[in-house]
Amino acid sequence: MSSSAEKVYSNRPAPKKDETRVSLFDRLRYYLPTIIIFFAVLLLWEVLVRALQIKQFIMPAPSSIFEAFRASLAQMIALGVYTGTEALGGFILGCGLGIAVALATARWTAARETLLPLAIAANSVPIIAFAPIMNNWFGITNQTSKMAIVAVITFFPMMINMTRGLTLVDPSALELMRSYAVNEWTVLREVRIPNSLPYMFNAFKICSTLALIGAVVGEFFGGTRDALGVYITQEAALFRFENSWAAIVIACLLGIGFYVLIVAIERLVIPWHASVRKTEE
Amino acid sequence: MSVVSISSVNKIFGKPGENQTIALKDIDLQIEQGEFISLIGPSGCGKSTLLRIIGDLISPTNGTVLVNGKPAPQARENREYGIVFQAPVLFDWRSVEKNVQLPLEIMGKSPHERTARANEMLELVELNGFQKHYPYQLSGGMQQRVSIARALSFNPPLLLMDEPFGALDEITRERLNAELLDIWSRTKTTIVFVTHSIPEAVFLSTRVVVMSARPGRITQIIPIDLPQPRSGETRESPRYYELITQVREGLRGGEGMKE
Ligand SMILES: Nc1ncnc2c1ncn2[C@@H]1O[C@H](COP(=O)(O)OP(=O)(O)OP(=O)(O)O)[C@@H](O)[C@H]1O
Ligand SMILES: [Mg+2]
Repeated sequence: MSSSAEKVYSNRPAPKKDETRVSLFDRLRYYLPTIIIFFAVLLLWEVLVRALQIKQFIMPAPSSIFEAFRASLAQMIALGVYTGTEALGGFILGCGLGIAVALATARWTAARETLLPLAIAANSVPIIAFAPIMNNWFGITNQTSKMAIVAVITFFPMMINMTRGLTLVDPSALELMRSYAVNEWTVLREVRIPNSLPYMFNAFKICSTLALIGAVVGEFFGGTRDALGVYITQEAALFRFENSWAAIVIACLLGIGFYVLIVAIERLVIPWHASVRKTEE
Repeated sequence: MSVVSISSVNKIFGKPGENQTIALKDIDLQIEQGEFISLIGPSGCGKSTLLRIIGDLISPTNGTVLVNGKPAPQARENREYGIVFQAPVLFDWRSVEKNVQLPLEIMGKSPHERTARANEMLELVELNGFQKHYPYQLSGGMQQRVSIARALSFNPPLLLMDEPFGALDEITRERLNAELLDIWSRTKTTIVFVTHSIPEAVFLSTRVVVMSARPGRITQIIPIDLPQPRSGETRESPRYYELITQVREGLRGGEGMKE
């Protein structure tokens, strides 16, 4: 008789602690095809460059890029840190302001309705075109000028996404809160902000890519040789293309690292959201 | 004193001069303590509107609504009613137990009291053991039970339900009907319940309010004299079928009055 009672309870599983996480093995298995394709492409590249005897300055082989990378590893890391700092600084500034403005206008429909179309318009402008102006304002050899570019580029997507997240709330959820006779601040804390988190992480992902583009392209317009963008252009001008490529690899690694970091934080912060959670297969 | 007292309530949507909808016309209704009232009528006849006016989610164009002797806005400020929508409206970011605790948190109850109360409510809707689950891990019927537990958690004297079981299959619906009646008899809460299902209205209610559309108005109030507590047997009694027929004819009569 006790077994029947147990049976009832076994139909009601206690949630497993890491139900929302994926085991390391599963994750490896999931990414294995990607990894295989990545190395296959590298191999094909190497073989093609050698077989067709493609000139170094057109397309260096992966092996010579790797060699250049290894030979000046310390310098590569320094370049990555320099430009990464610009991207991160600008990202924090731009996203921070974007979130702040979205929160400030969440309550005032009038302010939001005037600002949002402007932001959407501004977002469709190629802001990177302003890079020379920023270099002029904040100093061309200065990290601040690149951060300013990144901040401007990341501000608009963040503000637009965040505003959507704060306002596209289930109307019934708002009625429920109204039935509890709560103030606007409680609605913001309990409904609007949690609702906006998936939108915010979405914007973080978009902005992480934009931040690196902004920083590197900003450097193309000038700066010191500590900067990735400057290094890439100068080495290319000197026909040392394998060095340019090595620096491009650093830029790629920075971008991927940035993105992966955001995804990891997202998993921790919003495990309940459909983009993150894992249901049993 | 009536729990809900509605006199000469009208609701017109839209500004004068524009396309106006008369959603409710001359509504009078008294609901006594411990009653189970169903609102039934064709789509668009103003059932949801009437429920939302009782709960002060919207205001009537004119007329008065008293809840426990006070104007509806006052009753809302005092948090005198729990509300259940057709969709569960659970917060994805809160676990089942945290969802049930939401009104208690807002009302500043202690964590200890909140946990105890949430457990008690989840027991009541037969969801014990699901405290730490998230809404996406539950079926639609289970989510709706969580939303009922949340509405009951702070012991509101009045429960407003807008087609709470509308999206569920027949079998789940019948089980939840039985559960709801059980909760109703134990908590002594007054319930106003919107439904499209005639058998559901008859099975659950002490009175069925039949409405008709354009303009939305009450055409008939049918007392349901089936013995309490209701059970599977109720659904087999001849009187049950008589009452179903009566409500159905009431609904037809309302249609017939349309020009
Ligand atoms: N916010 C609104 N603005 C304008 N018209 C509205 C609004 N809400 C409801 N109405 C109108 O009021 C009438 C009654 O709507 P209501 O939602 O109360 O109907 P209902 O009886 O609940 O219908 P259903 O059974 O389909 O849920 C409808 O004609 C509808 O178009
Ligand atoms: Mg309705």
